[in-house]
Amino acid sequence: MSVLRMDSVYGGYGGADILCGVSLEIGPGEIIAVIGPNGAGKSTAMKVIFGLAKVREGSIRFMDKNITGLAADRVVQQGISYVPQVDNVFPSLSVEENLDMGAFLRKDDFSAQKRKVYELFPPLAERRTQAAGTLSGGQRQMVAMGRALMLDPKLLLLDEPTAGLSPRYMEQIFAIVRDINSLGISIMMVEQNARQALGLAHRGYVLATGANRFADTGANLLANEEVARMFLGG
Amino acid sequence: MTEILQLIIYGVIYGSIIALGAVGVSLTFGVLRFANFAHGDLMTFGAYMVLAAYAGFALPMWLSVIVALAMTAALAVFIDQTLFRRFRRANPMILLISSFGVGLMVRSLVQIIWGGSTQVYDPGIQFPYQFWGLRIRPDHLIILGGTLVLVVVLHVFLQKTRMGKAMRAMADNPDLARISGINTDRVVIWTWIMGASLAAAAGYFLALDSRLQPDMGWFILLPVFAAAILGGIGKPYGAIAGGFIIGITEELSTLILSPAYKPAVAFALMVLILIFRPTGIFKGAR
Repeated sequence: MSVLRMDSVYGGYGGADILCGVSLEIGPGEIIAVIGPNGAGKSTAMKVIFGLAKVREGSIRFMDKNITGLAADRVVQQGISYVPQVDNVFPSLSVEENLDMGAFLRKDDFSAQKRKVYELFPPLAERRTQAAGTLSGGQRQMVAMGRALMLDPKLLLLDEPTAGLSPRYMEQIFAIVRDINSLGISIMMVEQNARQALGLAHRGYVLATGANRFADTGANLLANEEVARMFLGG
Repeated sequence: MTEILQLIIYGVIYGSIIALGAVGVSLTFGVLRFANFAHGDLMTFGAYMVLAAYAGFALPMWLSVIVALAMTAALAVFIDQTLFRRFRRANPMILLISSFGVGLMVRSLVQIIWGGSTQVYDPGIQFPYQFWGLRIRPDHLIILGGTLVLVVVLHVFLQKTRMGKAMRAMADNPDLARISGINTDRVVIWTWIMGASLAAAAGYFLALDSRLQPDMGWFILLPVFAAAILGGIGKPYGAIAGGFIIGITEELSTLILSPAYKPAVAFALMVLILIFRPTGIFKGAR
């Protein structure tokens, strides 16, 4: 059984369709990279899962349950967490409070989960009381990912987690993605840094103009000449 | 010197009332992104609910105030759920105008029930305490003490409770709040409960300081908005500071200007802030 299954989804933001028949599947414990040129609908493919863009046609199933069109706060209850590309922290809240907000739905004691997050992101443990808005871009990305992990999701959606980061932080974030995955969490990642993303992912999807173009293992996509020529810059 | 000190004392008292009103405006703006023009009338409603419980049902004053806070919060939540809720995704200008209408309705309701003439909680004259040539009425001590307690309660609520933190989170980034699984509808209700309770307290203090009048809240709305803007709209702590700045400035202005110009001073301060530091002295919401 797949964790998430998207079947020929059409949809967007109310105007013309951004997605014109996107299908993808995420298996248990898999890292999936979604790559493609600007405007291919990569981020939108993520937003339809979270009810932030509209599905006009097609279906989305999570753990064999239909979640098509479910509102964001309900999707998160199912066990999917989402880290948007921008504005992904509460700037005036401290690092610790950001994590607490990620656990808002939890009625139980989540201190163990918080410890786990601080172990994944040691720089955050040193900055618990610092306002998230005063952190560097890389650290902010860590807060955003930490917040998303507080509910102990089965699937984590990362929208361009390394956008605008220095190479040092980029390496660090990719390493953490692997660490998170080794905890048994499936990951769907939209990335501009396509080579690194495909190198990390088990499988990848190449989208163009709102539709599937290629789908294969990360290694095969990297070796595919056509993909390299069209989407990886030669 | 004594005169200046006396004016500062009056300024702090008046500023307390403005500050409590401004916090409510700032909270609702931060979470709901609209300027609530009915806020002054919620203050009026609170003041009259104290009168109803105290003079009408002969409850002790402290209990009357608690009843008034609860009734005003209930009214605000009722208005939100029946009216404002329908406009959540509408242009903020529509919300602003509809809040203007709500204010008119609340004001008229007060006028229909209690009449248009001025009233007081306790008739008679209070003799002020005197020390070092300064004067302060017992009622003024209630206002100062009450404001201190409410500001501490608000601070603990915003910093220590789950709902208070969620309120700050939603003011920061409403979309991320929803994505994180925060129940934003509940946050909105709590914002009204906090904002309206503080408005009711401010209305009660305003009536203690002077008299009850159906348009008392409407007339104080200008300095309340000025304080919220001065402190950076959306920032509750800034609103408190803004309230005291407005209050003290208004009182001190009577040294050189006729007291009739007091509202003009608040207005002038607001205009200056909007020109030179539109995000407020503490940098508020955009």
